[in-house]
Amino acid sequence: MEWEAVIGLEIHTQLATKSKIFSGAPTAYGAEPNTQACAIDLGLPGVLPVVNAEAVRMAVMFGLAVDATIAPRSVFARKNYFYPDLPKGYQISQYELPVVAHGRLDITLADGSHKRIGITRAHLEEDAGKSLHEDFHGMTGVDLNRAGTPLLEIVSEPDLRSAQEAVAYMKKVHQIVVYLGICDGNLQEGSFRCDANVSVRRKGATAFGTRAEIKNINSFRFVERAIEHEIERQVELLEGGGQVVQETRLYDPDRDETRPMRSKEEANDYRYFPDPDLLPLELDAACVAAARAALPELPDARRARFVEAFGLSPQDAEALTASRPFADYFEALVAAVGGDAKLCANWMMGEFAAALNRAGLDVTASPLGPARLAGVLQRLRDGTLSGKLAKEVFDAVWAGEGDADAVIAARGLRQITDSGAIEAIVAEVIAAHPKQAEQYRAGQEKLFGFFVGQVMKASRGKANPQQVNDLLAARLKG
Amino acid sequence: MSLGPAEVAKIAHLARLAIAESDVPAYARNLSSILELVARMDAVDTTGVEPLAHPLDMVQRLRADEVTEADRRDDFQSLAPQVEAGLYLVPRVIE
Repeated sequence: MEWEAVIGLEIHTQLATKSKIFSGAPTAYGAEPNTQACAIDLGLPGVLPVVNAEAVRMAVMFGLAVDATIAPRSVFARKNYFYPDLPKGYQISQYELPVVAHGRLDITLADGSHKRIGITRAHLEEDAGKSLHEDFHGMTGVDLNRAGTPLLEIVSEPDLRSAQEAVAYMKKVHQIVVYLGICDGNLQEGSFRCDANVSVRRKGATAFGTRAEIKNINSFRFVERAIEHEIERQVELLEGGGQVVQETRLYDPDRDETRPMRSKEEANDYRYFPDPDLLPLELDAACVAAARAALPELPDARRARFVEAFGLSPQDAEALTASRPFADYFEALVAAVGGDAKLCANWMMGEFAAALNRAGLDVTASPLGPARLAGVLQRLRDGTLSGKLAKEVFDAVWAGEGDADAVIAARGLRQITDSGAIEAIVAEVIAAHPKQAEQYRAGQEKLFGFFVGQVMKASRGKANPQQVNDLLAARLKG
Repeated sequence: MSLGPAEVAKIAHLARLAIAESDVPAYARNLSSILELVARMDAVDTTGVEPLAHPLDMVQRLRADEVTEADRRDDFQSLAPQVEAGLYLVPRVIE
C-alpha cells in the first residue's frame, strides 16, 4: 500500500521591532527576567493596547513578498485560554479577518524543479511569556519579557507532500523574512518557530486523512525528523487497522519521537471574539504602496539576476543568494575585482565559505571584507599568484597578516613567470630523474604529472603552472 | 438552541469559573434565553449590512515603534504573591 503525506506548516516569526506589538516595552532578547514586561504586557487593569505601526508595515511587506492580498481592513480578536505565561487569559491575535491572505511561494525540490506552495494567511498576534518548570521548589517560574513581542503567524496550505518539502518551504519562508529584514531569523532564540499539521492518505485519494499537530519545532533538522516520525507512526497505525486521533503532539528531540500532549495542556476551544480594546485596522493604498516601494530585491529575483547578469549557473546563483549578506558580499567582491564573476563565485563558495565555517562565523562577522578578498583574486588574475599560492595568501590575509600585496612581499610568494628561470628548473628536474624521463618517452604519459609535481616542488610552488606544463612538454619530447 | 447542564459545566470550566451545582439549572435557563434571542435576530434580513467588529465607527490609531516603557519590575512584583530570581512563581503547571 502506498501512502502519501499531507503537510501544512504554521510558522511563527518574531517581527524585528524595537518595541512590543501593543506596548512601548522593549523586545530585546536575553534581558533579566521581567524587566521588559510593562503594565500592558502584564494585563494590569485599566491599560489599553495600541498597535505598533512598524509591526503592521512588516506584515504588509511579507504579504507583498509572497504575492498575497493585503486586507484593506482587518480585525484583532481575542483567543481565550489559561496558562500562566499568558497574563491576560487571552492572546490578542487575528481570526476571521487577517491582515494577509492568499499568498504563495515557490520551493526548489531535490531534483531542481520548482513547486508552488500556497499561503493561506498571515496574521499579527502577540507572543506569550516563558514558563520555567525547573528548580523552583515544585513551582513554575514565569518570565514575561517575551509577552507582547509581535509575531506574524504564517499559515501554509496543506500543499506539502514530504518532510523534505516541508523543510524546503520552512527555509524559503526563513530566507524571505530575513531578506525583508522583518525577522532576525534566529531559531535558537525562538525568533522563528514552527508547528506542523501532518496527515497521511492512500496515494491517489483526494480526501484528507485525520491530522495530528506537532508543536515545539525549532530547527530545520527537527522539522524534518519530527514529520518523518509522525508519518511513519500514522502509516503504521493505519496499516495495523487503527485510526489516527486528531490531537496535538510534542516533538521530543532527545528521544527523537512525537508524543501526545497531556489533555490538560490542550485547549482547542478558544472562543475567539473581536477584541473590544482594539478598533479595526485599516490600510489604505498609499500605505501598501509605500511598503511595496521599500521592498528589497527578493531571493528568487536576485537568483535570476545573478544567472542573467553574471552568467552563473542556477545552482551557483542559488548558493550565493541563500542569505542576503552573502549575496551582498558577492556583489561587492565582483565590483572590487572588476569582473570575473565565476572566479569570485568559486572562491566565495570554496575557500571563503570553508574559512567562515572553520571559524564558526557568519559572513557579516567575516574578518575579511570584500575589498581584501578582491586583492587576493586580482593577484591571481594578473598572474602574480598561481591558484595554489593564492590559497596560501588567502589564509595569511584571513589570519590578519595584511592585504594580499603585503603578504606576497613579506613571504616572497610572487609567482615565477620568467620562462628562463622555469626552464632551468625543468632541465634540472629532468636531469635528476633520467629513468622516469626514459619511461615517459617510452609511452608512460602518466608520468607527466610526476614531473609537474617535481618542478612545482623545486620552485616551492611558485612556478607558473601553465608555463611549467608547456616547458616540460617541450623538453620531455627530447 | 438550548444549553444542558454538561454544556454549562464546560463553559464554566473554560472560563475557570467555580459555580455551585445547585445554580447550574438557572445558568442553563438564562444562557439559553440569550441564545434564543440571538436566534430570533437570525430572522432579520441583513443583506448588505457589514459585520460590525466594533461599536465605535473609527479606525485603529497606530503608534510609532519606540521604547517608551521603563523597567518597573520591582513595583509590579510587589503585587505578586511569590517571586524568585526575578520570576513570578505560580503553582506548577506540568507534572
